Amino acid sequence: MVEWLRDNPTVLALVRVLVFVVPILLLVPGFIWWERRLLSWMQDRIGPNRTGTFTIRGRKIRTFGLLQPIADGVKLFLKEDVTPNTVDRVLYFLAPMVALFPAFALGGTLPFAPWLHESPGEAGMWAMWTPIANVDIGILYVMAISSLGVYGVVLAGYASNNKYSLLGGLRSSAQLISYELAMGVSLAAIVMASGSLKMTEMVRTQESALWGAFPWIQNWFLFTPFGLVAGLIFLICMVAETNRAPFDLPEAENEIIAGYHTEYSSMKFAVFFMGEYAAMFVFGGVFATVFLGGYNLLPVNWAACAESIPSMAGFFDFMGKLNYYGAPAWFLLKCFAGITFYIWLRATLPRLRYDQLMSLGWKTLLPLAVANFIVVAIWIMGNAAYPPFGGLVAAGAAAILVVLLYLNLMALQKKGTTSLEKRQVALVDPAPARRSVTMVEPGRRS
Amino acid sequence: MSDLSFMPSTETIFERKGENTMVVNMGPQHPSTHGVLRVVCELDGETIVQAKCQIGYLHTGMEKEAEYQQYHKCVVMTDRMDYLNANGNNLAHALAVEKLLGCEIPRRGSYLRVILAELSRIASHCVWLGTHALDLGAMTPFFYIMQQREMILDLFEMFSGVRMMPSWIVPGGLRGDMPDGFELRLRDFLREFPKELDVVETMLVENPIWMERTQNIGILTAQETLELGCSGPIARASGVAWDLRKSNPYSCYEEFDFQIPVGAMGDVYDRFLVRLAEMKESVKIITQAIDGLPEGPYNTEDRKIAPPPRAEIDSSMESLIHHFKLYTEGYHPPVGEAYAGIEGSKGELGFYIISDGSNKPYRWHERPSSFMNLKSLEVLAEGRLIADLIAIIGSIDIVLGEIDR
Repeated sequence: MVEWLRDNPTVLALVRVLVFVVPILLLVPGFIWWERRLLSWMQDRIGPNRTGTFTIRGRKIRTFGLLQPIADGVKLFLKEDVTPNTVDRVLYFLAPMVALFPAFALGGTLPFAPWLHESPGEAGMWAMWTPIANVDIGILYVMAISSLGVYGVVLAGYASNNKYSLLGGLRSSAQLISYELAMGVSLAAIVMASGSLKMTEMVRTQESALWGAFPWIQNWFLFTPFGLVAGLIFLICMVAETNRAPFDLPEAENEIIAGYHTEYSSMKFAVFFMGEYAAMFVFGGVFATVFLGGYNLLPVNWAACAESIPSMAGFFDFMGKLNYYGAPAWFLLKCFAGITFYIWLRATLPRLRYDQLMSLGWKTLLPLAVANFIVVAIWIMGNAAYPPFGGLVAAGAAAILVVLLYLNLMALQKKGTTSLEKRQVALVDPAPARRSVTMVEPGRRS
Repeated sequence: MSDLSFMPSTETIFERKGENTMVVNMGPQHPSTHGVLRVVCELDGETIVQAKCQIGYLHTGMEKEAEYQQYHKCVVMTDRMDYLNANGNNLAHALAVEKLLGCEIPRRGSYLRVILAELSRIASHCVWLGTHALDLGAMTPFFYIMQQREMILDLFEMFSGVRMMPSWIVPGGLRGDMPDGFELRLRDFLREFPKELDVVETMLVENPIWMERTQNIGILTAQETLELGCSGPIARASGVAWDLRKSNPYSCYEEFDFQIPVGAMGDVYDRFLVRLAEMKESVKIITQAIDGLPEGPYNTEDRKIAPPPRAEIDSSMESLIHHFKLYTEGYHPPVGEAYAGIEGSKGELGFYIISDGSNKPYRWHERPSSFMNLKSLEVLAEGRLIADLIAIIGSIDIVLGEIDR
């Protein structure tokens, strides 16, 4: 079977697509359930906990509400599909598809298991399945396709012929230009550090020794100073990218009444919904791949550990095998952590105003990302000249300089603008100033 | 199908100021207009060129209906005006009628009224805090603070059996004394509530996004608040230290030790802080009231106004007659007019009643605090973004039941 697939690459490609898409489609209801449950726990309520409990031969089978999203899906599917007669029909039908497609197109480039076996160049057992497409321009492709998702929102807003939807679409495009740049530059720093655009190569780079000095620990980019900065910027930008709270401006139901999908009902709405969750999942995956060491369970080089401590080689060997064979599960776990982070944010933060998001993107995130980019460049040069610590020293010096520059610029910009402050109200105790209303008879009123 | 498409005739509402502007009809069905307020906005992009409030979607004609009801039957209509601060409305109405009747309430009655009114204020502010935060996208405070409101409604239920509209404060006193076990539950609440409020405060007060969304938005100067007739937390946030509980004490408020919070900037954030501080002051007042609750009757001794105790009816013919007359005919205040204002949760809340000597009011009018405060919305919204409009509506804290009556 496996050999036959190997001989028929076209069939294999189709199977690979199925292997990727079907789990996502199956997992999305699970994510919706998890979001509702976790949000409920955070908000001190219960949430959906009993849909799907049924009795077979007197035995209760509980699913803890896991079937709730399925029931919702069935409900949405059976609902009347209302299309207002003033919409632009072609775009109106196209928009949900455009919104759903990027998430899946992006996911295809994510390596969810080791591409290579332990010895370099030898293809491992997972090589046949992952990634769906090992795109050479990997991260550029991610940037390009993820921006397409906004088209779905803008088209939906435009096609709906509804003023609120239009505002939602406009907000979405305003949002796009404000975070996309910072996101690109923060990723560019990582590209420079790893020396490749390929996602698979990025993970390989992260499997090397930490800071080039500690062979036992993997060099996950989140552990490097520049990677931490880039990671935080990317994290904020990816929330904006997926239209999630606190950046859910295009669909702010309290302001513009669900924004771009106000006029959508039935399955078309469900498609938007599914696209949002799929995007959350996939962006969790992108973050895991680029910053969190991809499919590795722990940031530990088990082989190097086994070499250093031979007495425990058996254990390290076992862990290495666990890491290798369970790779998709670890990857899924990280995506899951990403989604949990999204939900946590939603429970905690109020929504930003769209001009505030723009100023956050342009004035804070972009300069930070650019500064980070410069620091990485210096780090790489320093490392090439004086390995392994020369880079760190040079980058540290550069970072201090850049931070000082940034602070000064900010101070300059803050002049004349009102800043945020924590205030307190004064408690006063005014003396009574008695008013009195006199009683008069109606007859005596003039 | 042009006859079916919605074309709001904005010409009757305002003249367009801009050239390429869009008129957006916000409400009456909108999640953040707190009921059925309709705000017609002229938008330039997302900037509001002008906004006009259209009200009347919840008009129930209660003021007119009251003219056909005996005084003690008007009480149930007062709860339904500002349904979040029902006890406050009851109290204002009772004070006005008592002023007409010239009747004095025993101190125990006044203290119990204070407890109920302040609990109502906290409940009202809880709803405001929850919905205001929800409007600005912070979901969680809503669930936390609404739980506390439920505790207050439980207390009302203990009193009257009704959660939202107790109608417990009536002219002449209260419908009944404090029930057994109420004090214990009340003290539990007073102990727990400040902690829960602190939880919500930590989520919002120093939250940078919250500060960014509320600070320097919707600024109303002290002069403007006076000109627009705003009162309550809005006026106090702008620096007007005006609180009827202090300036014109009623119902024994002068016996309590409390302070009134006053803001400096008059923006949305200040209104938020003022209301938070007010809740804490209310807790202080209730604690003092329950600690120093006097013994004695809770109703006026005048049997023509307040019904006799149930036990007395069994033994005294006179009491039976009083009871019968009170619930069939009511009482006849002397000819005259009276206005009594209280510090409601949203501002000065007053009842103006004209009596022609019959058992029904000749004219029964409420000074609705939300209605007066709502006028500031049009001033504040101009030149701001839609998102700010939502924040401003939330900070004004309107109840449409009171505005439309």
